[in-house]
Amino acid sequence: MRSTFSVLVENNPGVLARVAGLFSRRGYNIDSLSVSRTDDPTISRMTIVVEGDETILDQVAKQLRKLVDVIRVRDITNDPYVDRELVLIKVNADSAKRGEIMQIVEIFRGRIVDVGEHTCIVEVTGDEGKINAIESALKPFGIVELVRTGRVALQRGTQTVLVEE
Amino acid sequence: MLTGGQILVECLRNEGVDTIFGYPGGAVLPIYDALYDADIRHILTRHEQGAAHAADGYARATGRPGVCLATSGPGATNLVTGLATASMDSVPMVALTGQVPTSLLGKDSFQEADITGISMPITKHNYLVRDVNDLPRIIKEAFYIATTGRPGPVLIDIPRDVSAAKTEYRDPGPIGLRGYQPRLAGEPAKIAAAAKAIAKARRPVIYAGGGVINSGAAGQLRKLAETLMAPVVVTLMGLGGFPADHPLYLGMLGMHGSRYANYAVSECDLLLAIGVRFDDRVTGKVETFAPHATIIHIDIDQAELGKNVSVDIAIAGDVRTVLVDLLKHLTSNPDPAWNEKIQHWKKEYPLDYRKEGMRPQAVIREIAEVTAGRPVRITTEVGQNQMWTAQYFPFTRPRSFISSGGLGTMGYGFPAAIGVQVACPDELVFDIAGDGSIQMNIQELATAVNYELPINVAILDNGYLGMVRQWQELFYNRRYSQTELRNPDFVKIAEAYGAEALRVEKVTEIRPALEQAVASSKPVLLDFIIEREENVMPMVPPGESINKMLG
Repeated sequence: MRSTFSVLVENNPGVLARVAGLFSRRGYNIDSLSVSRTDDPTISRMTIVVEGDETILDQVAKQLRKLVDVIRVRDITNDPYVDRELVLIKVNADSAKRGEIMQIVEIFRGRIVDVGEHTCIVEVTGDEGKINAIESALKPFGIVELVRTGRVALQRGTQTVLVEE
Repeated sequence: MLTGGQILVECLRNEGVDTIFGYPGGAVLPIYDALYDADIRHILTRHEQGAAHAADGYARATGRPGVCLATSGPGATNLVTGLATASMDSVPMVALTGQVPTSLLGKDSFQEADITGISMPITKHNYLVRDVNDLPRIIKEAFYIATTGRPGPVLIDIPRDVSAAKTEYRDPGPIGLRGYQPRLAGEPAKIAAAAKAIAKARRPVIYAGGGVINSGAAGQLRKLAETLMAPVVVTLMGLGGFPADHPLYLGMLGMHGSRYANYAVSECDLLLAIGVRFDDRVTGKVETFAPHATIIHIDIDQAELGKNVSVDIAIAGDVRTVLVDLLKHLTSNPDPAWNEKIQHWKKEYPLDYRKEGMRPQAVIREIAEVTAGRPVRITTEVGQNQMWTAQYFPFTRPRSFISSGGLGTMGYGFPAAIGVQVACPDELVFDIAGDGSIQMNIQELATAVNYELPINVAILDNGYLGMVRQWQELFYNRRYSQTELRNPDFVKIAEAYGAEALRVEKVTEIRPALEQAVASSKPVLLDFIIEREENVMPMVPPGESINKMLG
């Protein structure tokens, strides 16, 4: 099973190490983790995607809650939510290939955000499936470098991570 | 204007700290300078590990947080085993460490160690203080975190320029920890469900642990057991939480539990698990643990519920608060045949040992007899000495058995005894030790002599790392790899430190030696030369079901 956790944490130094350390020492597998501050500068928000059986996912939430710097933990997997991921792909793009690449990027509603002599950088936003698809579509041209943000997610409607489970 | 060191002292006083255990060094000079004028008792141990275990022993004996203090780098890393010990056994402790000045942080400076990074997995929480103005708030939070919810150690790392900096002392005001709000009461619906399951049970067993002692629930536990007429088995950490002389008491369960305790758990139809964590030394093979039972689990730590064993009714809450609520609507209907069966097991499979020769169990029995009727606290080291003590010393009150359970720290018992004796100056304190373990913190004899602490150390001396040797005998074809010890003369060592000491080689000498030790106002070391290859029995082989015991 794969679960998406929304986690609010104190924006303290070391908080990422506490969370990462917890996952590594208890042997939980992180698929992706993204973190940044929220509209409240004292609070950061993490979106953590974890792979594991029901017992492990239950433990992940409980162990996270035990950390003093963790304010709220919510497994939003079964709530309606919107999730996005952003990818930047630097791909080989001679002038001969550029048109073809632009067409593919168009289909994925992505953008070309930089063009060099031999390469260009493609930016695509979407869910994980879409990101995987553009990656395989661009692979034949030769991917020079690739960076993904990892998943970020928000529950739909009035539900928020602050509402108690 | 006060220095950071003086503010620290002020804050410690506000928290009611009267004693700290520590060892000075460069990075804590401003703190030691402030302590020079303070009315806080400082016990100088001879190793920082000793300070950590002493603070731990002080906390376990009193229920109040223990405080230890060490310098940066090696001073701080020497606390690590003590922090891990306290963390595994949920002991409230605040560890203060010096750190290199903030300008030198992260530069591999002299005596720099990233102790907040190192201690992250073995503390409940930790802090690096970067601004002297944060000190009062951090200290207040640290004590609050250490002592509430599931207790544990909290470390505060204080750079030297922070403890030297001067500022106005300001009261930090109320605690505002958004991510830490321990809850005491259990969910009423769950308590009702538990009461219903209890009412249906015909063969109930109570399985009680350290949570009973931590929450001060020994009285409620006793009332619960007597209301249900349910037998009580305890974990190592639960010893003393239920009186050993009570007819419903079945002793310790698990790897070295009594046969009747393990049989009762294996055949009960309701297991009421209170302040326990289903440790592997308790459950043996998890799949066959309490196979016929509806399991009710009460623990303050939500994360313990369902962690090792899946349970039927899980109640998160303070043990005492939950038991008070549960006791309000309790009915029970135990099968009279259940009690008969347990009495039969007790008679058929008693906890017993061979009587000829110098048996360690006999030494422990004698310690119990010599100290009977007087308030006594027993610490142990780790290994056979610890298990025999757990099996044969009849603990009747909470906080009287003090031992490293979860981490199993050799070298714990003697420095812990120092903390216990400092906390309880009018009580008898015994460290029941092995000849291996005692050498892991034997330097603390200097501390005991220095502060005139009349601790008694009983070494069960078999010239082996006995528990490891036992496993080698049983599971490695008697290949005693690196477990035979060539020991120093413990009597001479103790005397050199200024303690009294006796070697005891005959059964008839046991009693007089103990009486002499108890009467002495000095630290006394007793070196009991015991049967070399005595084993701790019964024993559940590792990975086996707990009803399949050897011995």
